[in-house]
Amino acid sequence: MTLWFVFALMTVAAIFAVLLPLGRNGRAQAQGSEVAVYKDQLAEVDRDLAAGLIPAPDAEAARVEISRRLLAAAASEAALAPTSNLKWRRAAAVLALAGLPLVAIAIYMPLGSPKLQDFPLAQRERAPGKAQSLENLVEQVQQHLEKNPTDGRGWNVLAPVLQRLGRFDDAVRAYRNSLTYNGESAERRADLGEALSAAAGGVVTAEAKTEFERAHALDADDPKANYFLGLAAEQDGRKDDAANIWRALLAKAPADAPWRTLVQTSLVRVAGGTMPALSDETIAASKDMAEGDRNAMVRGMVDRLATRLKQNGDDVDGWLRLVRAYLVMGDRDKAAGASADARQAVASDAERLRQLNEGLKTLGLGG
Amino acid sequence: MIAESGHYALVLALGLALIQSIVPLIGARLRDAALMNVARSTALAQLLFVGASFVALVMLHVNSDFSVANVYENSHSMKPLLYKITGVWGNHEGSMLLWVSILALFGGLVAAFGNNLPLSLRAHVLAVQAWVASAFYLFILVTSNPFLRIANPPIEGRDLNPVLQDIGLAVHPPMLYLGYVGFSISFSFAIAALMEGRIDAAWARWVRPWTLVAWIFLTLGIAMGSYWAYYELGWGGWWFWDPVENASLMPWLSGTALLHSALVMEKRNALKVWTILLSILTFSLSLLGTFLVRSGVITSVHAFATDPTRGVFILLILCLFIGGSLSLFAGRATSLKQGGLFAPISREGALVLNNLLLTVACAVVLFGTLYPLAMEMLADFKMSVGAPFYNLTFAPLFVLLLLAVPFGPMLAWKRGDLLGVTQRLLAAGVTGLVAVAIVWGWARGGSALAPLAIGLGVFVIAGAVTDIVERTGLVRLPFATVLHRARGLPRSAWGTAFAHAGLGVALIGIVCETTWNSEHIATMKQNDVAQIAGFDVKLDGLLQRQGPNFREMIAQFNVSRDGETLSVMTPSKRSFTTRGSSTTEAALLTRGASQLYISLGDANAEGAIAVRIYYKPMVLMIWWGPVLMAFGGVLSLSDRRLRVGAPKPARAKQRLQPAE
Repeated sequence: MTLWFVFALMTVAAIFAVLLPLGRNGRAQAQGSEVAVYKDQLAEVDRDLAAGLIPAPDAEAARVEISRRLLAAAASEAALAPTSNLKWRRAAAVLALAGLPLVAIAIYMPLGSPKLQDFPLAQRERAPGKAQSLENLVEQVQQHLEKNPTDGRGWNVLAPVLQRLGRFDDAVRAYRNSLTYNGESAERRADLGEALSAAAGGVVTAEAKTEFERAHALDADDPKANYFLGLAAEQDGRKDDAANIWRALLAKAPADAPWRTLVQTSLVRVAGGTMPALSDETIAASKDMAEGDRNAMVRGMVDRLATRLKQNGDDVDGWLRLVRAYLVMGDRDKAAGASADARQAVASDAERLRQLNEGLKTLGLGG
Repeated sequence: MIAESGHYALVLALGLALIQSIVPLIGARLRDAALMNVARSTALAQLLFVGASFVALVMLHVNSDFSVANVYENSHSMKPLLYKITGVWGNHEGSMLLWVSILALFGGLVAAFGNNLPLSLRAHVLAVQAWVASAFYLFILVTSNPFLRIANPPIEGRDLNPVLQDIGLAVHPPMLYLGYVGFSISFSFAIAALMEGRIDAAWARWVRPWTLVAWIFLTLGIAMGSYWAYYELGWGGWWFWDPVENASLMPWLSGTALLHSALVMEKRNALKVWTILLSILTFSLSLLGTFLVRSGVITSVHAFATDPTRGVFILLILCLFIGGSLSLFAGRATSLKQGGLFAPISREGALVLNNLLLTVACAVVLFGTLYPLAMEMLADFKMSVGAPFYNLTFAPLFVLLLLAVPFGPMLAWKRGDLLGVTQRLLAAGVTGLVAVAIVWGWARGGSALAPLAIGLGVFVIAGAVTDIVERTGLVRLPFATVLHRARGLPRSAWGTAFAHAGLGVALIGIVCETTWNSEHIATMKQNDVAQIAGFDVKLDGLLQRQGPNFREMIAQFNVSRDGETLSVMTPSKRSFTTRGSSTTEAALLTRGASQLYISLGDANAEGAIAVRIYYKPMVLMIWWGPVLMAFGGVLSLSDRRLRVGAPKPARAKQRLQPAE
């Protein structure tokens, strides 16, 4: 409401500016004239002559010329007397009173947003809870760190969040700062390496590998460094080295380490071998894993399921899960193969076969 | 509330401008004083509302109100306060708002201080001013509205282009706009005179202070822009013949011509048609400059955003005003009475020569600016017209002009005595030749033309001094008399001398810099020493620092000469996170008029850094020249003849001295 009041005041002021001179009825006004200019010029010639700046004959010639202009100007000015025209003044007043608000509203309404409040920085900072999305919180922490870049704890908090948000480049910088201000540690080096490889789309680059090597040098048992060094070896095509690193890692690993299965799956990938069942913790842990790692883990689980079903084919739900998994992974041939295997395995039991066929139908593989 | 009030104030300003463009004209036709006076009050009210609108935008930027799109796109809450304010015009919408604010400012000044003008002339001038203003208000509101809002404001802005985060942005655009837009007043005066059919010596006197103000600001604005480019872009260049620079140079050239031809008109009632035409052309070139820069036809640091609708809109405004004014001129020019006669060798003749050379120079720049654009558009053929073209065309014209400059002020009106003037300039000529000889003997390398050009510069300065010496009678008369005459000399005479000397100073700077500058480009490691022009520059080390919204890498250099340490120079490279870009901050060491200039390139993995070191002899004279010119302009402006409403001085009768 106050806004419209301000608008109204402004409009009134504008209208007043137009009406003010119209109200002053033809009062004689001070105004310049050509005559005044030429009189000035004559005075100036006199001054210059007095100061000895121009010789007398020149001054005389100038005076004659200016006087001629002066006479002409005086003659033309006398012919023009001011008039006053009430009709037109009224028209102008109406134009101001009606036209100005109309034009202003007609232009402002489609362009302006009178309903929106101001939203200055000070107000934003005073209103927590509102629009406090994770991004905004991150933004605030970043602002804090721009001002206090030596706050190592801040970088420590920020870096993993950035990593999880997928802002790998920012995460790399945050881990670097964390290293600078918190000091060296194997864990931070390894985290930095992980962020670097994530930024490179899952490839352990030379730069990332350097970081893992440093972490390894600081703490030879650091699991993340060891895992990624193995991954680097695998990506370099040195599968045996990778398998050795991972085997060593598993040998030293505590039995309840959440990353155990990840390493085991990887080991299976490079070296083959048996796979223990997935514990619930592992599945929970998989949620915290990077995309590439999770895919690898899912693949490992699926392979294990397939192996189990080959040994014991009675589990209809298991077969259906396997087929669905292949479909999700985009492997239609394997899905078709698995459903054929399933039919063979349960062919002896009519009830199970019916269940299987129905299930396959819902997956789009019926018939 | 602030945002919407600012928006509404701008709309009201448009409404007032519309009234101001119609009512006073009717009043002038009917000779009704009240209707004519509407121009005055609306012009002042318009200034008030645009001013309020501008202040509102500044407050929004200072408060970092990101619900306003313009603030979100060009500001950042971490930016230092100065750049939050300057960032207001560091973008397209804001700079257009500054443009109209200054237009309203000039209109308001005419309304407030135009008491010495006839009522009808003032009404006409302000009405024409309001036409221009209305067109630009519409342009802003429709195509580049700085007050558009965002319903769900983001938490942080996108920051200002880092190159613009410099003190230069606080000074350069407002100065330049004061110059550009100031010429709108002489344009309005010209159109008003054509509409009224009254063009005479008095008109020239009335318009002269406004032209002078615009010219002073334009001179300073261009010089400031050039110095900014010199220290910010990191290449040590100060003029690139870039189309945007040309766009500001062209109004300056024709504005300078206008300043001189208005003098003839004021004194001798001659060159009237030409002066009117120059007034129109100068502002048209300002508009053209605005179009070239704002439409995105040219991409440079000045073109903040490119949007075809804006270009088309400005082009329409351009066609309307230039076409309209020139047609009016064509229709009315023939009916103008011819003024005083003069011999070819006379002050008038010299000023005609000045105008001829300046307008041809302006045409050359116009050609050099538009030809590549036309070729690119019509023939799809990219070309660039650079220094070689201008050295062949612009430079000879200016050499001729400079040769003639000392003669002009010394010739008498109507009929001059060239031989007499030449004799009096003999001393200046000899000084120039001695300078040539000294430079020739002392300088090594460089163009053979350089000593000649320096001699020319010295001749121009000596000529300006001679003019003052002649007028005051120094050497010939007793000292007390000289002092007295010096005081009695019109300030405009002093102004002329300073402005002309400024030309010489700038020329010497330009020649020295281009001929004898030396450069050293190297990749340096810690404790490496570079040698340039007798200086030893040692890299002490690199360090990192955190700025308010950037990180910077500073290189510390120890500069010494003959084993004696002179100074420590710290050029840096700043990287801005939000825009993901970086700037180079050159370090400058001033020694007299010369400068040592260090700027940084990229650092490589081994801790070595690419460094460019320049030694630029006499480089500062390039900018001292324009400052002197502007100072001359200020002196001239303070002359009693141009002061508004000054009382006639009551002076004691002086003892007469025999003249010559």
